[in-house]
Amino acid sequence: MPVSAIPSAAELLRFAPETLLTVVGVILMLLEPFTPADKKRPLAWLTLISLVAALGLCFVCEPGSAFSNLIVVDGFSTFFRVLVICVGILTVLCSMNYLWVEGHERAEYWSLIVWAVVGQCLMASANELILLFIGLECSSIATYILAGFLRDDKRNNEAALKYFLLGSFATAFLLYGVSWIYGLTGKTNLSEIRQALLNPQTAPETLLVTLAVGFLFVGLAFKVSAAPFQMWTPDVYQGAPAPVTAFMSAGPKAAAFAMFLRIFLTGFLPVGKNWEPILWVSALLTMIMGNFAALRQANIKRLLAYSSIAHAGYVMVAVTTHSEVGTAAAMFYLASYAFMNVGAFAVVTHIARKDERYVEVNDLAGLGQRQPLTAGLLTLFLLSLIGIPLTGGFFAKFYVFKAALDANFIWLTVLGLLNSALAAYYYLRIIVVMYMQPPSATTENLPPLAPGLRVAIFASAAATLFLGIFPSTVLDYAGAAAQFVK
Amino acid sequence: MNLLDIVLALPAIGFVAALLLPKDQTNLIRNFVLFVSVLTFVLSLGLIGSVLDSPAKMAFETNASWIQYPAIRYHVGIDGLSLWLVILTTFLTPICVLVSWKYIQKSVKLFYALMLLLMVGCIGVFVALDLFLFYVFWEVSLVPMYFLVGIWGHEKRIYAAVKFFLFTMAGSVLMLGAIIWLYNKSGTFDLPLLVDMMAKGRLTLGDAQNWLFLAFFIAFAIKVPLFPLHTWLPDAHGEAPTAGSVMLASVMLKLGCYGLVRICLPLFPEASHANAGWINGLAIAGIIYGALVAMVQPNMKRLVAYSSVSHLGFVVLGIFTFTQIGLDGAVYQMLNHGISTGALFILVGYVYERTHSLEIKDHGGVGTAAPWLSSAFVITALASVGLPLLNNFVGEFLVLQGVAQVNFAYTVLAALGVIFSAVYMLWMVQRVFYGEMSDQVKHRVSDFVPREYATVVPLVIMMVWMGVYSGSFLPPITASNAQTLVMEHSNAR
Repeated sequence: MPVSAIPSAAELLRFAPETLLTVVGVILMLLEPFTPADKKRPLAWLTLISLVAALGLCFVCEPGSAFSNLIVVDGFSTFFRVLVICVGILTVLCSMNYLWVEGHERAEYWSLIVWAVVGQCLMASANELILLFIGLECSSIATYILAGFLRDDKRNNEAALKYFLLGSFATAFLLYGVSWIYGLTGKTNLSEIRQALLNPQTAPETLLVTLAVGFLFVGLAFKVSAAPFQMWTPDVYQGAPAPVTAFMSAGPKAAAFAMFLRIFLTGFLPVGKNWEPILWVSALLTMIMGNFAALRQANIKRLLAYSSIAHAGYVMVAVTTHSEVGTAAAMFYLASYAFMNVGAFAVVTHIARKDERYVEVNDLAGLGQRQPLTAGLLTLFLLSLIGIPLTGGFFAKFYVFKAALDANFIWLTVLGLLNSALAAYYYLRIIVVMYMQPPSATTENLPPLAPGLRVAIFASAAATLFLGIFPSTVLDYAGAAAQFVK
Repeated sequence: MNLLDIVLALPAIGFVAALLLPKDQTNLIRNFVLFVSVLTFVLSLGLIGSVLDSPAKMAFETNASWIQYPAIRYHVGIDGLSLWLVILTTFLTPICVLVSWKYIQKSVKLFYALMLLLMVGCIGVFVALDLFLFYVFWEVSLVPMYFLVGIWGHEKRIYAAVKFFLFTMAGSVLMLGAIIWLYNKSGTFDLPLLVDMMAKGRLTLGDAQNWLFLAFFIAFAIKVPLFPLHTWLPDAHGEAPTAGSVMLASVMLKLGCYGLVRICLPLFPEASHANAGWINGLAIAGIIYGALVAMVQPNMKRLVAYSSVSHLGFVVLGIFTFTQIGLDGAVYQMLNHGISTGALFILVGYVYERTHSLEIKDHGGVGTAAPWLSSAFVITALASVGLPLLNNFVGEFLVLQGVAQVNFAYTVLAALGVIFSAVYMLWMVQRVFYGEMSDQVKHRVSDFVPREYATVVPLVIMMVWMGVYSGSFLPPITASNAQTLVMEHSNAR
């Protein structure tokens, strides 16, 4: 087909954010040897500017498909692209001071972030299993390295190694599932797979399809840290540098859920009844394991890691419904979770200081008196994580459980709601320490907020409040976008 | 934007403004918050006229869209049932601000800002007519109280604060589930519309009614609190600073009672009737249990706290008689309890500020050292006991009469609670205010200062007024309750 050999300008524009970021990533690597060690800051600015430019490009391109239907730009992919790029921007803001303090200000960090974002954008917009896999690997490999970025640090190394080994297993499962699907249907394009499943003449054995879906589920569940494949999360989140943990808990997770929704709803909705029970059980287990384990954590990064598992459970509840309302609820949840969680981790980054010495919950003692503003904003993020009204986290839970009741999952809703009440306990503990315990020596010599962190925390707080007071702007968009993945 | 919106918005704006004030200007902050709360109180008095004209209908209604889909509306209004509860809130908040004037010295700004936020939450619950909005205010009122107990409370404050939060949260998530279920079934969160749909037969809940009722009921019963869900209350009340105890006992417990009357009765009439038996049983158990436990409390605050468990049992009992007179008594009793228990907590707080002890055994002869304080306490204690011509008598009498129409045995058992209340209250008065002065009391206790008169005198006036001439307050309550019972009967088919 010589006509389509050269893609049209519109098609190239649809892939422009990824292209731009890939090129910037390469440029950053090339610049690294030529910048003196004490003049690395401009590289961070370059990263920031290019991410903002990519954000702009997401809005410029018109909806449609590109490269023989490998990529689709629709409301769904734009939503997730914008989300992961925003997370990227916030991560860069959180990391600037952190890397300087740790003495690891290097361009590799920035290019890895940028490439991880490219991978996540691809996961959001690809409509084809192989490309989805490439996006996932691109994002994962960059994140593996980021997790171990401080290479002299023992915990960093442990985190990176664990993440890499277990992650490779999971992706292998995913790839195995993809190959099964290809063997069964002869297709890798999700829309075509759906057609093949719907057509009684070409539809393969349901049992085999369900097995293949099971393999895909294993791979994806690992990436979103859903039970029973959540074991790696606490260790990796605890060991990785704090800004990277912020990034991992928001960006790759949102993109992996985008992929989850795309694969299960676009490709395998016809066999929805078969995978629904798997997701049902997984959602419930994820919530319960995350929340119960979080109850007794003393390390705040580990606590937030378990909380992140629990939140993945709530999103799984929305995915389980496999309805448009559920998809919209999941999208809204991921957006508000991204902001409140990055905000919380940004405060943790601020508290941790050099070598992350202060990451126990008790290290926050008396923060409410020492730095009322920081403490107030962390309280806002925590209240949002609990799900108190007028924060994004509340509407996120509300929409998820509304979708679940719509789909008649009454028990899942009741158990999920009770879980969210239980979760209040461990978030409250952090508030207790901040406000109700006398200031300790740890908070006494806490430096003021670094400018980058300050911007990141304020922006996250503004987004959390905005989503809590005017949720309809985002939800309407998500609702309109949800129809594209059906 | 009508007067009710202003009453709701003023403390909300005050909350944000107070947070922006410089934190070392403590006097400025106190005066500012006092000004905002007094202004809100004065404005709220303006609500009375229109409500008295037609108490069974919603006055000052505002119904504006907040979120398009799902259709969540800012729908507020006030009628005879909510009128006095709103005014109770606006009346007590400035008093609490004054009470805390000297006592609160730590993080002053945060404390006073949270008082205003608490005011917004409580008023909001009483006036919200959209179930979703109701839930939002319900949760909003929870957060400031959690901080009030946790930061400024006594020794076991953290335990008490967390327990309070988790109990309420556990109940309210179930309520949220029920609210969503109702929306999915009916397509609206609007309470009057839901009641109307049920009356016209356009909405039938069928078997689900019982579950929905229970979901709401448990959330409210935890807040009331109904025995045996009351265990958070002695801790929270006992550990809270004075202002926190007052707002908790006088206003926040009423949120639960109010929810029972406003939501459970009209929306789930059959389930309410079906469950009334065991609910009344628990209410009576609470009345007697609360009184018995209060008798043996060595700590004054915990004694008053357990007396609340006992008194609130009367309210629940009155509501679940489904009689006009019982319901009137219950609502009136909510107000009475707000005034007299609020006053008790304030007076106990004043004693504590002087002697730095809440233990009854550390006191004795306080009356000799501080005669006015003592007189105020005795009047309040007698009001709480239910002496005729003081407020609680009216409420308890009405409730007992309502109960007698349903089941006379209940009346006898509940009346036991009245007798017990005289025992524990008067015994405490005797041990704390009469007898020999201890050294501690002699050196430390002085009588009221003007600020303290300003907090206690209005409350004593209200006790007498509500006891002698209940006609000033009861008619709108009666009219609105009559309306509730009509809805309740017409929906119960």
